[in-house]
Amino acid sequence: MIAGSKILSLGHYQPARVLTNEDLARVVDTNDEWIRSRVGIAERRVADTETVADMATAAAGKALAASGLTAADIDMVAVATCSSVDRCPNNATRVAARLGINAPAAFDINTACSGFSYAIAQVDHAIRAGATRNAIVIGSEKLTDVTDWSDRSTAVLFGDGAGAAVVTGVAEGEEPGIGPVVWGSAPERGDVLKIEGWRPYIRQDGQAVFRWATTALAPLALEVCERSGVAREEIRAFVAHQANVRIIDGIAKRLNLPNAIIARDIVNSGNTSAASVPLALSKMVERREVPSGAPVLLFGFGGGLTYAGQIVRCP
Amino acid sequence: MTSREDITGGLAEILEEVAGVNPDDVAEEKSFTEDLDVDSLSMVEVVVAAEEKFGVKIPDDEVQNLKTVGDAVSYIVKAQG
Repeated sequence: MIAGSKILSLGHYQPARVLTNEDLARVVDTNDEWIRSRVGIAERRVADTETVADMATAAAGKALAASGLTAADIDMVAVATCSSVDRCPNNATRVAARLGINAPAAFDINTACSGFSYAIAQVDHAIRAGATRNAIVIGSEKLTDVTDWSDRSTAVLFGDGAGAAVVTGVAEGEEPGIGPVVWGSAPERGDVLKIEGWRPYIRQDGQAVFRWATTALAPLALEVCERSGVAREEIRAFVAHQANVRIIDGIAKRLNLPNAIIARDIVNSGNTSAASVPLALSKMVERREVPSGAPVLLFGFGGGLTYAGQIVRCP
Repeated sequence: MTSREDITGGLAEILEEVAGVNPDDVAEEKSFTEDLDVDSLSMVEVVVAAEEKFGVKIPDDEVQNLKTVGDAVSYIVKAQG
C-alpha cells in the first residue's frame, strides 16, 4: 500500500552564457541600479542553441543519476513549461526518449510560473492512486524565446534553465515527503500577464502582478503549513517562485518563518518561470544548505494568476 | 469623514514605513515618483496600505492617476464619500 510520495533526488541545468545587467543596458534603456532595486536581479543565464527539451533532459539526467534508480524504474515524466516552441512530441516524451525511459506516462503541463508545484502535486496524486511508481518532474523554460528585448519593463526579468526531481512512493508507515497541495488561480485577473498569440512575447502589468503577489499569496502559503500540520518554526527553507526579490521578501516577512533560509536564486538566474522553484531548490540542496528530511515550503505563482504550494521533505 | 490634513498625515506614516520617506517631506503638491523617490512597486505598497488605513478601494487602473500626494488625498476623500 502506497501512503504517499517523496522527492528522492534533484538536478538542475543552466546555460553557460551569462547576461549581466550591463550587457542588457547596451540593448535596452535600463541600468544595473534600476534592475537591482526593482527586481533584485544581477545576472541571468541565456540559452543559445539549447531547447526546453535539451535543458529538461540535462536536469532530469542529473536528478536520475543522483536517485539510485535507473531509467528502467521510471514510469512517468512530467514537464512544466510555458515557453516551449516545440509542442509535439511534447517535452516529456523528448526527455524520455533521450534518457532511455521506456513507455512512461509522459505529459507537459502549463500553469506558467507555478508549474513545478502543480506537476509535483499531480505526480504525488498519481503515485497515491497507484497509477505510477517512480516519476521525474521537471520545470524547464527558455523564456528568452518569448522576451521582447525592446520592452524595458520585461526584458530585464527573464532567464533560461531547468530543474528536476525524481519522485517515488513511500510505503505505509513511512512519512510522506510531499505534503498536501494548496492550489488555485485568479482567472478573472489573468490578463495581467500574457504570452499570447502567434510568435508571442511576454506582456505584463507589473504593478498588478506585484499587488496580487504581495497581498494574496502569504495567506495561501500559511494555509499550506496549516494543511500539512507543519509549524512555521519547523520550516527550514522557503522556496518561492523567483519572480522578484521584493515579492519574495514581502511574502517571507508576512510568513514569519524564523528558522527558514529564503531562496534568492533570482539574483543570479533571473525569473525562469516553472524552472525557478526546482532550480533554486536543487542548488540549495547541492550547497547543503538544508539538512536531509527537513521541511521546505515550495510556493509557485504566476501567469493566469495560478498558484500552487506544498511542503516537501528535503532529499 | 477624515480631513485632508489627517489623510496627508496618514499617507506620510505609510510612506515612511513602506519607502523610508521623511514625513516632513510629505505635502500635497509633492509628486510620489519625482519628489519623494517612490518607485512603481513601492507605490503599489503605499496604495495597499492606504486602502487598509482609510477603508477605501483603489483599483490598479487608478494607481497611475495618483501622481501627487494631493491626487491620492482627493481620491481617498471622494472614495470615503
